[in-house]
Amino acid sequence: MTAVIEDKGAAAPSALGVVPSFTVTLKIRRFNPEVSDEPTWEEYQVEAHGTDRILDALHKIKWEQDGSLTFRRSCAHGVCGSDAMRINGRNRLACKTLLKDVNPDKPITVEPIKGLPVVKDLVVDMEPFFASYREIMPFLITSGNEPTRERLQSAADHAKFDDTTKCILCAACTSSCPVFWTDGQYFGPAAIVNAHRFIFDSRDEGGQQRLDILNDKEGVWRCRTTFNCTEACPRGIQVTKAIQEVKQAMIRRAF
Amino acid sequence: MQTHQYDVVIVGAGGAGMRAALEASTDARTAVISKLYPTRSHTGAAQGGMAAALANVEEDNWEWHTFDTVKGGDYLVDQDAAEILAKEAIDAVLDLEKMGLPFNRTPEGRIDQRRFGGHTRSHGEAAVRRACYAADRTGHMILQTLYQNCVKQNVEFYNEFYVLDLLTDHDLTTEELPDGAEVNATGVVAYDLASGEIHVFQAKAIIFATGGAGKIFKTTSNAHTLTGDGMALAYRRGLPLEDMEFFQFHPTGLAGLGILLSEAARGEGGILRNADGERFMERYAPTIKDLAPRDIVARSMANEVREGRGAGPNKDYVLLDLTHLEPAHIDAKLPDITEFARTYLGVEPYTEPVPVYPTAHYAMGGVPTNVQGEVLRDSHNVVRGLYAAGEVACVSVHGSNRLGTNSLLDINVFGKRSGRAAAAYAKTVDAHLPLPADPAAAVVAQLEDMRSRPDGERVADLRRTLQETMDANAQVFRTGDSLAEAMATIKDLQKRYRNVSVQDKGKLFNTDLLEAIELGFLIDIAEVTVLAALNRKESRGGHYREDFPKRDDVNYMKHTMAYRRPPAASDVADGHIEGYFDHVENLDGYKVVLGSKTVTQTRYEPMERKY
Ligand SMILES: Cc1cc2nc3c(=O)[nH]c(=O)nc-3n(C[C@H](O)[C@H](O)[C@H](O)COP(=O)(O)OP(=O)(O)OC[C@H]3O[C@@H](n4cnc5c(N)ncnc54)[C@H](O)[C@@H]3O)c2cc1C
Ligand code: SF4
Ligand code: FES
Repeated sequence: MTAVIEDKGAAAPSALGVVPSFTVTLKIRRFNPEVSDEPTWEEYQVEAHGTDRILDALHKIKWEQDGSLTFRRSCAHGVCGSDAMRINGRNRLACKTLLKDVNPDKPITVEPIKGLPVVKDLVVDMEPFFASYREIMPFLITSGNEPTRERLQSAADHAKFDDTTKCILCAACTSSCPVFWTDGQYFGPAAIVNAHRFIFDSRDEGGQQRLDILNDKEGVWRCRTTFNCTEACPRGIQVTKAIQEVKQAMIRRAF
Repeated sequence: MQTHQYDVVIVGAGGAGMRAALEASTDARTAVISKLYPTRSHTGAAQGGMAAALANVEEDNWEWHTFDTVKGGDYLVDQDAAEILAKEAIDAVLDLEKMGLPFNRTPEGRIDQRRFGGHTRSHGEAAVRRACYAADRTGHMILQTLYQNCVKQNVEFYNEFYVLDLLTDHDLTTEELPDGAEVNATGVVAYDLASGEIHVFQAKAIIFATGGAGKIFKTTSNAHTLTGDGMALAYRRGLPLEDMEFFQFHPTGLAGLGILLSEAARGEGGILRNADGERFMERYAPTIKDLAPRDIVARSMANEVREGRGAGPNKDYVLLDLTHLEPAHIDAKLPDITEFARTYLGVEPYTEPVPVYPTAHYAMGGVPTNVQGEVLRDSHNVVRGLYAAGEVACVSVHGSNRLGTNSLLDINVFGKRSGRAAAAYAKTVDAHLPLPADPAAAVVAQLEDMRSRPDGERVADLRRTLQETMDANAQVFRTGDSLAEAMATIKDLQKRYRNVSVQDKGKLFNTDLLEAIELGFLIDIAEVTVLAALNRKESRGGHYREDFPKRDDVNYMKHTMAYRRPPAASDVADGHIEGYFDHVENLDGYKVVLGSKTVTQTRYEPMERKY
């Protein structure tokens, strides 16, 4: 009686009716400094269902074939930002990319995101990324006494920075940016997105300081508007637009 | 091995951990240890809102909120704690706003509020707008805002460090201590994922904020990393776990996947329908219908399915209908969850109803604490220097069924309280207490044993077996037989666990090894969940026994306290007894004794729960 859920086929949601399973090949760039200094490509075949994501396929490999395959993941539905990786050459979240949407007839390539040091397999060192984020002072700056109740903010003012509050710090944007690849010192789109989130918040008084920081030679002016970041963002944030708005704010303040 | 000394060590960097850190770090030398980067914590997945009787959009007050919380929890709530929760809710929300949280706003620019299940005006008259929210990413905004403020305050983090043991000055698994005897927490042992090194943290006060344990089930809204670590560590050290039989199944998980669609969908006007298109909740909860508390809605849905009115080719789910809502309204209030339906099921919520079915969501039980967050070692003695807050803890403000939006509230209110209390306590302690001779010995031995085992069984096979038996036998509907079956499987898995092996034998970033360790936690949590469920021969809140469908206040108006004890120990769970349940389960090498703790009642007499 209690087994209502149980008699559904494996991972196939019955919501979609009977989904035929199929075999996919994943070609994964592997690197383990304990074994070799050189990365290698390895191929794995997995049996997948219609609604399986890349993350499901990686789990199948790790759980059934090779336990040493290493990647980060947590939420499994695109909200924690753990599993940005290069899938068929594009930065995406493994948990938000359905196998059927990346042409499963050909081998699917999976690599770590670029521009950050690879630690092992698909895991990169995120510290440089978070360091840039911390540098733009990602917190509300106010002066004077706190109000007794909430600070007021109109819906229109709220809308000015709503888009950039969605960021999950996955680094898909920053690690898809050609400027960042050649110059790891560049703040990168994610840091600018998070600066935008505060610069355009009507309650914040630290905009000037943040604009000073981003006016640096490694700041917003390095952006060459290639739109890679906007395409990569799994949260659908208009990253390039945000960067443009920050540039315009700087011009308005006439540096 | 490295050793560190802090005044306060916080384990976990979700909402509860970081809220505690913001308090403790202003007053005491504080470190936060987290197996995930703070912003990856599952608080970020919370969607719908955080309750507080701000009365920004309609009349409301904390007393109504307290009542709803007590009634929602089917009267197993400690009423003093619920009152604190509801009263301090208002400041908790205002604190977050002042820290920068971008709440949705009313036309006057104030924090907007919306309806949520079980939150009512005048003790149940009608739904009230009490949930403060930021679109359907309220938890994301809380997690980001707290992290941002931790950056501002320079809070020290140890990220991707797994805490694998709790150190105390008495071994409660073997010693039986008299009432009033002093027990102190002295530190924790952690494993640095990146390097494979062991770190021992010595602390005057420790706060556990490790979140929930949803991965004991197969269909769940919880992250892969929610493996009940903090609960299991406390349990293994002889501390009790409270009310573990009460697990919340959220009504609206995406069918077959378990990914959550917030109750906010119904708060904004969404309707549940069966295969005939009938709004079936009208039959089960005539007054507040689709906004009845989660346990009731989840059971109603499961009942529709088993009586043959489920939708879909296998008639095994119901439908969440949003098609009558304006697409612009959906985009403004529910953008993320409608995106989930599109991405993962290929369903367009503007025009099609979304297939949904209950999903394992929230652990009402956990490590027992008092209202200061101090951990109890029995029904009334505290462990000095040990605190717990958030989903890992049981205060108990949720009783047998948590109301939506009360957990984001809980992590803020009790995170703050425990952070303050821990720092204040640390100040009263002159010197760190000595650690045991070789504090990391047990962890090192456990890891080495796991790493060096010859080829054995796979972690994934055992985990799947566990999750499947829990879904089949300990879900929305339970019986003595189904639970006994789950218990038999768990006992078998405990034996098999001794033969699991990992393939990755390396030191660096060995997630294979850590998944094996986490499986051990899951099995322990499943054990105590099922035993407590077997023992509670009544139905209350999230725990529904088909063989005992009525609430039984005479025998069961008590919290369950489950203890692991050596086989030779007495069967009296509590040094000095206030009555304990009748169940003692003998397992391999130890036994589980189920004791009890009195429910604190202040204003509200238990009544029948009708909506
Ligand atoms: C999908 C979803 C939606 C929800 N929506 C709502 C909502 O709208 N309103 C509401 O009130 N509640 C909601 N909830 C419930 C609420 O979000 C959670 O109960 C709450 O966020 C838990 O917070 P926490 O700080 O206790 O744990 P978490 O945020 O889960 O954090 C746990 C932390 O502990 C760390 N940790 C765990 N184990 C270890 C270890 N061994 N060593 C070191 N660190 C460790 C993790 O790294 C993490 O940082 C929702 C829950 C889910 C799953
Ligand atoms: S802006 Fe988008 S891509 Fe960049 S870090 Fe944030 S969520 Fe990821
Ligand atoms: S696992 Fe959380 S975003 Fe993919």
